[in-house]
Amino acid sequence: MGAEEIQIIEGLALPMRGEDIDTDRIMPARFLKQITFDGLGDHVFEDDRLAAKRAGGTHPFDEPKHQDAKILLANRNFGSGSSREHAPQGLHRWGIRAVIAESFAEIFSGNSLMIGLACATASPKDVEALMALVERDPNATLKVDLKAGTCEAPGVTIAVAIPAHVREALITGAWDTTGLLLDHYEQVNAVAARLPYLSGFSSPR
Amino acid sequence: MGKTLLQKVWDLHTVRTLPTAQTQLFIGLHLVHEVTSPQAFDALRQRGLKVARTDRTFATVDHIVPTRQRQRPFLDVMAEDMIAALERNCRDFGIPLYDIGDDRQGIVHVIGPELGLTQPGLTIACGDSHTSTHGAFGAVAFGIGTSQVRDVLASQCLAIEPLKVRRIRVTGQLPRGVYAKDVILTIIQRLGVAGGNGYAYEYAGDTIERMSMDERMTICNMSIEGGARVGYVNPDETTFTYLQGRAFIPKGEAFERAKAWWRSIASDTDARYDDDVEIRAAELTPVVTWGVNPGQSIGISGNVPAPVGSGADQQSVSDALAYMGLQAGQPIAGMKIDVAFIGSCTNGRLSDLREAARIVEGNRVAQGVKALVVPGSVSVQRAAEREGLDKTFRDAGFEWRDAGCSMCLGMNPDKLEGNQVCAASSNRNFKGRQGSPTGRTLLMSPAMVAAAAMTGKVIDVRDLFDAVPAGAR
Repeated sequence: MGAEEIQIIEGLALPMRGEDIDTDRIMPARFLKQITFDGLGDHVFEDDRLAAKRAGGTHPFDEPKHQDAKILLANRNFGSGSSREHAPQGLHRWGIRAVIAESFAEIFSGNSLMIGLACATASPKDVEALMALVERDPNATLKVDLKAGTCEAPGVTIAVAIPAHVREALITGAWDTTGLLLDHYEQVNAVAARLPYLSGFSSPR
Repeated sequence: MGKTLLQKVWDLHTVRTLPTAQTQLFIGLHLVHEVTSPQAFDALRQRGLKVARTDRTFATVDHIVPTRQRQRPFLDVMAEDMIAALERNCRDFGIPLYDIGDDRQGIVHVIGPELGLTQPGLTIACGDSHTSTHGAFGAVAFGIGTSQVRDVLASQCLAIEPLKVRRIRVTGQLPRGVYAKDVILTIIQRLGVAGGNGYAYEYAGDTIERMSMDERMTICNMSIEGGARVGYVNPDETTFTYLQGRAFIPKGEAFERAKAWWRSIASDTDARYDDDVEIRAAELTPVVTWGVNPGQSIGISGNVPAPVGSGADQQSVSDALAYMGLQAGQPIAGMKIDVAFIGSCTNGRLSDLREAARIVEGNRVAQGVKALVVPGSVSVQRAAEREGLDKTFRDAGFEWRDAGCSMCLGMNPDKLEGNQVCAASSNRNFKGRQGSPTGRTLLMSPAMVAAAAMTGKVIDVRDLFDAVPAGAR
């Protein structure tokens, strides 16, 4: 399937501090009531943003300086909880093309790959360095190279880790898997034929 | 060297290794609900694809449906549109749908087992993270996102990476008043909300072996809250007894053949595990969450922690305390509640309602507390009504609702308001989870929720047992 080949993601970054940021926070459930993903970019972190505003502050996603950000910086276990793809869909539609975090919840990173949103991990020290750098200089351009496994920022280059299959899928444009799974369907039928429950355990095996 | 159940089921369902080095895994059962499927069906239409295995795909409605005033069209236009979309999709693509008004409707993770669709040895996928529930039967079951729902609809397969296996052995006798919910909350607290990342959790040990299927489902259900997208229990006689006679379970000689095969897929005694953990049941107490993720919990007699040290963990604790309106060091017992919610895919089954009813019987819900019981399925609802549990709850001042996800997740009319505190038998205490951006959730067992409802505050359910006629525990 000819999906976009994604190797380099270059742009401004947005630091989103906090551990265990769950997908309910990234996309509150009331925005899952529509039957398309359209417009979800407007509702990313909506309740957190309102809470920040009420407290007299500004949420990173509302900061004018971060409005063109393409790279999200996050801490440990980003995207935990619900399997809602609406969370990465919202981030992607907002403009995020890569997330660098200390770690990801598994369903979130899986969902992200399915829509071509790159998830890479880095050490807590390196994530902190990038966050501090962007907080000092919001105009700093970061360059994530999935093939090289690096993120270059002004004055610093850090190593980012990407599971081999994710890297391969993104850089070869094989992240839209439907076509791949329909290839060689005789092999799928062969597997189905050996599963006794598909025939209701009808014949002795 | 033996194999684990996970390895056996994985190998059996592996189609091939994809060019990306992922496994192409055949999915034995695909469960579909209204929220995570409409975009997937649209993608099929756009690509001119059909559903590969309509015989292995089943749909129901649970997340968005109201739990009262269910006449159509629903008062909520978006809910009506969403259900109408699922009805259209199921009709167009030839998928059975257990809709509102059908006796088989209910939370997808409650009805799968009830119907006998959920069986040992299957791979099961559903666009919901609590799909891990089905692992209670010895299935390998995991939550997926909408693009993966599209893949499974189109091909009955997933592109996925293999998992490691951590065995969690729970051993010994659970004290009275300590339930499966307390076991899994303790596991999550000890191993962390990200501790299961990359792992399937195999729950073993004599405590688990003595548990009913309902209890095993509660445990497996919350695997994902510990970061493990798969959790399972090896199938045994308890599993087979539960399944026998259910709608989709083979009968007669075929059932005997099924049992033999189900036994064969259990983990071998000499299987190798990537990690091993032991939990001693006798040490456990009723557990309550105090924070904003399911790992932030303490025993009922404990005090809310203080943010100690510096750095991320300290920040997480102080942030959670501020959101919950709690002071560091205060006892969790005695915290006032506004709402009591009994239900969800974690604890909305008949045995949960029975246990809660035992506490409620002859008592009254405390003044000012809104209390509701939401059966996990129409089948649970009917069975409870046959036993008169609905009357017990109603007489005590609970609302008795129709089946659905209800107040677990804030997608239907059942929501918290403002900064209400809810004692909940559900699975997530995330910020805003129950539909109010400032609502607060305390997770606990259904019996503990019932006790909180009666007294208007968090209380050790064991304190009420003396007032309750001698029961099982």
